[in-house]
Amino acid sequence: MGAVKTQFEMPSKMKTWSLALIGIGAAAVILGLVTKGFSKDEHAVAEFWGTLMYNSIFFTLICNASMFFICVTTLAWGGWQTTFRRVPEAISSLVMVLGPITLGILLYVVFIGHNHHIYHWLDKDAVNADPILKGKEGFLNSGFYLVWTVLTIGLWMLLGARMRKLSSEADEKEMDAVEAKSYILKNTVSGALFLVWFALTVGSTVPWLWMMSIDAHWYSTMYSWYTFASSFVSGMSLIALFVIFLKNKGYLEYTNEEHLHDIGKFMFAFSVFWTYLWFSQYMLIWYANIPEETVYFKHRVQGPYKGIFFFNLIINFLCPLLILIKRSAKRNYTLVTFMAVLIIFGHWIDFYQMVMASISKEHVTLGWLDFGTAALFVGLIIFFTGKALAKKPLVPKYHPFLKESIIHHT
Amino acid sequence: MAKKKFIVGCFDTEDTLFPAVKKVRMAGYKLHDIYTPFPVHGLDHAMGLRETSLHTAGFIYGITGTTTALSCISWIFTKDWPLNIGGKPHFALPAWIPIMFELTVLFAAVGMVLTFCYLCQLAPFVKKHHFHARATDDLFVMVIEATEKTNEADTLAFLQANGAVETNVQIAEPGWWFGRYDKEQQLINESVVVAH
Repeated sequence: MGAVKTQFEMPSKMKTWSLALIGIGAAAVILGLVTKGFSKDEHAVAEFWGTLMYNSIFFTLICNASMFFICVTTLAWGGWQTTFRRVPEAISSLVMVLGPITLGILLYVVFIGHNHHIYHWLDKDAVNADPILKGKEGFLNSGFYLVWTVLTIGLWMLLGARMRKLSSEADEKEMDAVEAKSYILKNTVSGALFLVWFALTVGSTVPWLWMMSIDAHWYSTMYSWYTFASSFVSGMSLIALFVIFLKNKGYLEYTNEEHLHDIGKFMFAFSVFWTYLWFSQYMLIWYANIPEETVYFKHRVQGPYKGIFFFNLIINFLCPLLILIKRSAKRNYTLVTFMAVLIIFGHWIDFYQMVMASISKEHVTLGWLDFGTAALFVGLIIFFTGKALAKKPLVPKYHPFLKESIIHHT
Repeated sequence: MAKKKFIVGCFDTEDTLFPAVKKVRMAGYKLHDIYTPFPVHGLDHAMGLRETSLHTAGFIYGITGTTTALSCISWIFTKDWPLNIGGKPHFALPAWIPIMFELTVLFAAVGMVLTFCYLCQLAPFVKKHHFHARATDDLFVMVIEATEKTNEADTLAFLQANGAVETNVQIAEPGWWFGRYDKEQQLINESVVVAH
């Protein structure tokens, strides 16, 4: 066996393309800030900040999903992901970059913009006149928003960094059975800490606070799981894309279609899981037909967002179901790449309609600003993931589960 | 159905079984089957069995279930006996999706179990020949079908040389319907085996 390339070097093309995307995106955001952000029209301002919000939240969550994936597999004592584990690790380090950006945008909207067209509950007079909002005041107030958002993003960064630091220990020296055991135990405890915080944030409170509270009167207990499913399936797709990219560049020799098959299974399974939540949320509200609940779906199913709403269902459910169902499809690099791009785009559209359909109910705002902002974040992800990948060897040489992963067979 | 002659070799461990499977196939013997106490990972590949089509059958059963549910309910609720339920439209698709899903799962599950039993020739009250009782406990039992070209003594010696702890010759009924076992078995491709 020849020498295994374990040290990633960022190709200049990757650098150029990501910087170009960042440039285009930044230009679009600045243009948006000038034309919409500084506009006299409060709705245009809300549209601008809403666009930044859903993009930053979406891309932060899908990068954070990588850390979730690492922690879940660690906790399950799974070994199969070890050969390409450094890829989700690198992606999850993006939370260090995108987390503060998201924090800045959200806090700007609440504290400087006081944008009550986005968060209705920011309007003190409206809250006092409204018994429902008054009842939710303990949760929906700027103080709690500040504390919880800072804690959420701060602990994601902190606990994620802890996992990544632990992972570096597997590069240093060979471990005997006792050391390996304590290493795995340390990983398990650390991963469990992250998962608990993840469950308290993405699994429950944070989607309510950041996104659901845009429709301040409406609530759905399934909303957070729906958001989680969306971000996790796109996160797995992102991992798949980077793994395939590295394979194409001749890295990750130990990762093969067996591993791709399992990533593909995650993409398939969580697309179906997402649909299950989509449907459960929709069907109960449709069936009960209570105005206070149907208010969320009214302009999505019957209004201007109808097309996007059902398009969303086609690319996030029907396509993965029919295309990824076959074993050979999940082991096909080209097809998985195509599906990964499609799934990420689909869930981006999903986040778009979750946020923007509530901010701009009358007309669909999807346009250059949305794609521009997305380009900015995609550029950032490519650039910083490339940098993070180059920092560590791509294979954790002395990881106790490495052999299990190399001989992995689906 | 005609009875056939089989040459049986029993192995202690997977470690001796796998190389023996390779050698038996390389030597060109007609492998009838291998009976193991538990599913052995990679044995199907070593034996050169083709991928199962059971999942394709499952998919077809599944969509049959979906179609059955949809056509049945839509006919009942729109043509046969339309009811006003909470002011909902007669064609109330969201309400039917759980039932469509359930029937998909039911058809796929039951269909696949029955197909699996058919393929394995399993049915109530059917007794199949056991080549060795310990195959259900701790022995890996390899069964080679004797053809007119097979030399019994040579084959037994060959199996023993490759780690079989127990060998014998048995005359048995191989299958009990449609003669599935009589199908031509894929001959070994030497270049593939060497590459492993």
